[in-house]
Amino acid sequence: MTSIESGQGKGAIELRLVTKRYGKERVVDSVSASIAPGEFFSLLGPSGSGKTTTLMMIAGFADVDEGQILVDGTDIVAIPPQRRGFGMVFQNYAIFPHLSVYDNVAFPLRARKLPDAEIRERVGQALELVRLERFADRFSRQLSGGQQQRVAIARAIVFQPIVVLMDEPLGALDKNLRYQMQVEIKEIQQRLGMTVVYVTHDQEEAMNMSDRIAIMDSGRIEQVGRPAEIYENPASNFIARFLGEANLIAGTIEEVGAGMAVLRTAGGLRLRARADPGVQSGVQANLFVRPERVMIARAEGAAAAEPALNFVSGRLAQTSFLGNILRHAVEIEPGVRVTVDVQNASSGLFRTARETAALTWAAADSVILLR
Amino acid sequence: MTAGHTRSLSVYVVVACLVLMLPIVILLILAFGHGGYLKFPPDSYSLRWFGVFFGDPRWQRALWSSLLIAAIACVIATVLGFFAAYAFVRGDLRAKKLLLSFMLLPIIIPHVITAIAMYFLSGPLKLVGNVFWIGLCHATVALPIVLLILLSSLQGVDVNLERAALSLGSSRLGVFTKIVIPLAFPGILSSALFAFLASFDELIISLFLAGVRSETLPVRIWNSLHLQVEPVIAAVSAFLIAVTGVVLLLDALMRQLRQARLASQANGR
Amino acid sequence: MSKPRKFNDPAVLVMPAVLLLALVFVGPLIWFFIQALASIGTPAEIVAHAWAIITSKAVVTALSTTNWISLMVTLLVLLISYPLAYYLANNQGLRFTLVLFCIVVPYFTSIIVRTYSWMVLLGRNGIINQVLQHLGIIDEPLALLYTKTGVLIGMVYVLLPYMVLTLFAAMKAIDPSLMRAARGLGATGFYAFTRIYFPLSIHGVISGSLIVFILAIGFFITPALMGGPSDVMIAMLIERSVEIMFDWSGAAIMSLLLLFATLVLYAIYYRVTDVRRMMRA
Repeated sequence: MTSIESGQGKGAIELRLVTKRYGKERVVDSVSASIAPGEFFSLLGPSGSGKTTTLMMIAGFADVDEGQILVDGTDIVAIPPQRRGFGMVFQNYAIFPHLSVYDNVAFPLRARKLPDAEIRERVGQALELVRLERFADRFSRQLSGGQQQRVAIARAIVFQPIVVLMDEPLGALDKNLRYQMQVEIKEIQQRLGMTVVYVTHDQEEAMNMSDRIAIMDSGRIEQVGRPAEIYENPASNFIARFLGEANLIAGTIEEVGAGMAVLRTAGGLRLRARADPGVQSGVQANLFVRPERVMIARAEGAAAAEPALNFVSGRLAQTSFLGNILRHAVEIEPGVRVTVDVQNASSGLFRTARETAALTWAAADSVILLR
Repeated sequence: MTAGHTRSLSVYVVVACLVLMLPIVILLILAFGHGGYLKFPPDSYSLRWFGVFFGDPRWQRALWSSLLIAAIACVIATVLGFFAAYAFVRGDLRAKKLLLSFMLLPIIIPHVITAIAMYFLSGPLKLVGNVFWIGLCHATVALPIVLLILLSSLQGVDVNLERAALSLGSSRLGVFTKIVIPLAFPGILSSALFAFLASFDELIISLFLAGVRSETLPVRIWNSLHLQVEPVIAAVSAFLIAVTGVVLLLDALMRQLRQARLASQANGR
Repeated sequence: MSKPRKFNDPAVLVMPAVLLLALVFVGPLIWFFIQALASIGTPAEIVAHAWAIITSKAVVTALSTTNWISLMVTLLVLLISYPLAYYLANNQGLRFTLVLFCIVVPYFTSIIVRTYSWMVLLGRNGIINQVLQHLGIIDEPLALLYTKTGVLIGMVYVLLPYMVLTLFAAMKAIDPSLMRAARGLGATGFYAFTRIYFPLSIHGVISGSLIVFILAIGFFITPALMGGPSDVMIAMLIERSVEIMFDWSGAAIMSLLLLFATLVLYAIYYRVTDVRRMMRA
């Protein structure tokens, strides 16, 4: 088992102002990123954001129009894909339909002209790693989606690449299997210590697996960081909305100071939130707060004015039942709704619509995002 | 459509199909007649005219010329057509539609014109009757057929399989020999069969280029038809129909294979 | 970094086929036209000679015969094919396979064999005359072979599959739920057919008619074997001027005329047909 390990433990990837054009359109626009050896790095974005094209340029299937791609300090742009030595896993698995599972996994070893005995040993170990030892003689059509994905992974790691590229590998699987495969892939990656560049449009998947995530939109990287960092501190309205549910309350900045700012809504509410030094008073901005960070209670008396907390009251407009959580929409001003998620712990806090509700959240849990 | 419409359509289709098959079926029956002239139904049946066909050295020579020329045309058209189809499906070609339309021209331009132009060049170059040259000329007519079959066949090969093979360290050549050709094999075989048939049945180009040396079966039929409608032609025709039948049968087999391949690929999605 | 991998682009693989066509197909055509025309003399002489040939009685007659026969064949083929294609597009399983078989087997049978089979059927002592006389329907054998009727029958038979297959492809693309929707909205079968189905199939009708007409105007084997002395089509005239009269320049001028007509029609076909459809043919 232990002999399947990545070679030198290296595999640092650096993208320097990488650009890809189709006609006049820059589908990947001056993308830069440093990926550390052994890191699980995800490119996350909606379709058309350029994430797959970026991966294809790293793999060598798309030409780089501008910029450099360095692996351990060497520019690989001119190297054809078959000599880059990256493992690659595709969305539709790309299992060779005319070859058995064994022959699929042996393919990269035979391409490298290894002796038969070694091929047999390594293929055996790789299949053991993905728990498919008993399926060596099957063909792809005789395997389930999850099994096919495991074959694809075994095939991509059997030649001990230091870098493995994955293009939406779980996109075709159903939800439960997906979670299980996420855990398995993460485990294999940690055991073998390889660098993984992972493309996905599923934020939960990216957050669950990645050491760091790069969020892409219209060909550019919008933000890079650890999952929690991005989730708590989105750099833009787009990222706030893309990574799960977000409240974005519009207003004008009234006061600034000590990393905090006060936002005044159209209806005159004054709300406090963390703010970058770049935020200045008088500008239009949104206040961002996650629905699960907002506390909801029946309005009982006036709230105490405590600077670390925001208090707002409103009317309950709608409650959605989502199983483990209840999602309330509270109208705090005409046309302005705040979404509040509450654990479905006890039954029925609110029963009637139009009931008055008091909302509370910590100023530190909200961020000012410029429009 | 109402039930009445449906019934009259069915009747029409049955009659039309009978009329379509009638000439071929009658020709097949006549080929097995024994008499000295064509009479339907024949008074007695025998393999007499097939014996004449396979016994006559001139028909024999024509058969061998046809086979040889068709084999040459088939190999050239299939190999070049395969590469061209691959370029169309995977390559970064400008003006694909225009180029494809150009490459289909040999089956659009009247063969009489093509044949005369080829003949005009063949005379001074002493190529009339040269089997390899005729095969080459037939290959231009077979190429569009190969191209059309292989375009659809190669479109069925998932591009990610080729990328996967490359990422696993296979050479470009390896991708062809280990992935593309095995997966497109039924289509390649089909296209080769129809390329063979296109040349085997071709008359007009052969008529000009064959000379006396390399008379093909269709040319020999043509020449005989100008003399008289002799029963041996029915036997030769039956033989040509049988060749067509074999090609269609093999193609049906290939089609099933191809569908099985596609199904197994679709399963992987 | 320029693009060193451009040489690896599979697009270059189209070159051998293009080279074959250039050397064995386009090259001989251009060489033939240049040489044959140049043998006439100065440009003025070429124009005068070409005009004389094009306006000669033989060519004018052949052109009008070609035109008439091709139009008739196209029309007949369309009328016969439409119901067949409709049946194919709306049936599956054994019925579909059987009908397709009856269309595809003649399609892939040698043209000379198909022509010969109709000569056997239509001859003065041919099977059709034998049967009709035997049944007492006619006393004297009908003149079918070596007439325009014979040419029409033979050409319709040879060209029919092209039309059926083109129409079938167009009809297969029609969403069957549209007809159901029309019926559901109260249209009669006939009304739904004329207002929905036929307009949606018109694309195939145009493509199929063009391809049949293009092939018909260049037809040689069938009219040469089945036509009478007055049924000379332009392709036959071209062949004769080379085979019998060794008149290369005359053949070249008539060929240019036929080639021009073919290419113009093919250009129209190119406009109405998209490349994806051609790829899937």
